[in-house]
Amino acid sequence: MPETVVLAADATIGSPAVNISIFGAFVLVTLVITFRASRNNKSAADYYAAGRNISGTQNGLAIAGDYLSAASFLGIAGAIAVYGYDGFLYSIGFLVAWLVALLLVAELMRNTARYTMADVLAFRMRQGPVRTAAAISTLAVSLFYLLAQMAGAGGLVTLLLGVTGEAAQALVVVLVGALMIIYVLVGGMRGTTYVQIIKATLLIAGALVMTLWVLTKFGFNLSSLLGDAQSVAVEGRDVLAPGAQYGASSTSKLDFVSLGLALVLGTAGLPHVLMRFYTVPTAKDARRSVVWAIWLIGIFYLFSLVIGYGAGALVGPERILGAPGAVNSAAPLLAFELGGTILLGIIAGVAFATILAVVAGLTITASASFAHDVYASVIKKGQVSPNGEVRVARITAVVIGAISIGLGILALQAGLNIAFLVALAFAVAASANLPTILYTLFWKRFTTQGALWSMYGGLITCLVLIIFSPVVSGAPVNPATGLSPSLFQDVDFHWFPLNNPGLVSIPLSFFLGWLGTVLSKEKPDLDKNAELEVRSLTGIGAEKAVQH
Amino acid sequence: MTEPAERRLLTPEEYRQAQDSPEFTELRRRFRRFAFPMTVAFLAWYLLYVLLSTYAPDFMSTRVFGDVNLGILLGLAQFVSTFVITHLYVSHANRRTDPIADEMRERLESHQYARGTGQTGPDLGKKGATRA
Repeated sequence: MPETVVLAADATIGSPAVNISIFGAFVLVTLVITFRASRNNKSAADYYAAGRNISGTQNGLAIAGDYLSAASFLGIAGAIAVYGYDGFLYSIGFLVAWLVALLLVAELMRNTARYTMADVLAFRMRQGPVRTAAAISTLAVSLFYLLAQMAGAGGLVTLLLGVTGEAAQALVVVLVGALMIIYVLVGGMRGTTYVQIIKATLLIAGALVMTLWVLTKFGFNLSSLLGDAQSVAVEGRDVLAPGAQYGASSTSKLDFVSLGLALVLGTAGLPHVLMRFYTVPTAKDARRSVVWAIWLIGIFYLFSLVIGYGAGALVGPERILGAPGAVNSAAPLLAFELGGTILLGIIAGVAFATILAVVAGLTITASASFAHDVYASVIKKGQVSPNGEVRVARITAVVIGAISIGLGILALQAGLNIAFLVALAFAVAASANLPTILYTLFWKRFTTQGALWSMYGGLITCLVLIIFSPVVSGAPVNPATGLSPSLFQDVDFHWFPLNNPGLVSIPLSFFLGWLGTVLSKEKPDLDKNAELEVRSLTGIGAEKAVQH
Repeated sequence: MTEPAERRLLTPEEYRQAQDSPEFTELRRRFRRFAFPMTVAFLAWYLLYVLLSTYAPDFMSTRVFGDVNLGILLGLAQFVSTFVITHLYVSHANRRTDPIADEMRERLESHQYARGTGQTGPDLGKKGATRA
């Protein structure tokens, strides 16, 4: 998770020409593969779920590619390099969260849904209202996540590709957006999956090389790596102990607990993660793909621990904080320190490719949710051909692409904090989606009213608490920069003390789901409940793979 | 693989029958007996770690060897426990729940839970044929 990407206008590191050509090669290869993949795209199941022909192993890689965003790679390594232990805490929340997905969600969702999260949530409820609510929260989560990636892309290019100036950065956001629309439009879920697989492979291989390189320098001795990192740390800061970033006050401590809760419960409610489970042939493959994802993501975060402390020890926090991307520049600077221009070029290209793969996954999820849940099910009441639905999904992808380009440029120029956007996406997913998913799967009495109260309650609470938090206004001015880290300077209308709303909004959403259910007069649909339960656990009636 | 469109859809009654069958009760029990307590356990262990890091930094700074302290080791232990739970779940599913699920799916596909054929399976543990 990154700090704000600082858009400084001074020099980049390494050779932008090398960085751009490696990135260009990635774009070229993935575009060719996307066009080849598109030849097999015939049906709605092809467009939304890659024909359910992706193997468990491939899907595990694609999940890792979807999940390990630039925030994961650059942000966590940077946070460890500068703040040490507190950066490490992020990666643990991001990893443990996968157990919720593995044990409670992945297989059951694969067995019961067709294309979107709402397929399960609306299964035994009144279709219209529940689908609409699920689509709204899917769009909200995806949009926050997309914005973070788009804004991150602009910051990254300053550092890696040598592009400076607002207009040039805006142009880069347009370029990223246009590429992502092509991937999604042409390749559908299959093309997107291949892009994510290639990116995950490159990212993990790159991190492995850097990890081994760092460990060689320290004779494979973790203790001496940590010792060196501590010896050059910012004065008076213990980077090996907790508290460097969050230990300042009782509020910041509580804030960290809140963030930790949102991280661990958010993953299993992220619509773009859930949608990946529908690309495999059976529930067993869904399980296999989560197992692969857990191993890949876990190992990657262990690498980032070494890379982070390695950057701290070998580059030093002062040089990192002085570089154009500040905290986010730790991993690229370390690559330059170790392997010169070439390794930096590879790492830079991979980091940029990472953003492309993640935005493609988000766009297809958001467009599927609108076309399948809102257009086909609510507006057209199911009276639409699969081809018509896919056409709407494609149009939606272009619209969402255009919106996120526009908002991305605004977010970039406002210097919006990426960590805030990603954490907000996790908090919304954990509050608006997860309680309803769990109640739907495991609580027989759960009703439409409970689902709506929980989803809208969670979503609205999250947004309101964020608007009145120090993230938006009223955070104390940082004496070093003379600016407040809040979105708005010079105004203060905050009354909620925490940056992350999870600690309040998640329990509240669970409570509202329960309350809405016990207060509703509606009888739960026991036939539908029997069907959902039997299907989810046995896999009978699950959507089959498309035969080509 | 059979063409999905050609199969006869299951009736709500069949789903109710299947849901009430002893083998389904056993399948659900085995799934929940593992998944629910394990979820509580790993969430508690994760929250304990977060709370210790937040409210007991001195304890977490205790050096264990060299510059490696308790916080780093417990953090690495979170990775280890995640990998171990993943492995335990997969082996539990393979041994304890998949055989019943496979068996039941076969029976549902051949409509053995339709009215009048209310017999229940004696061969719970027998591994059902895997699908193509």
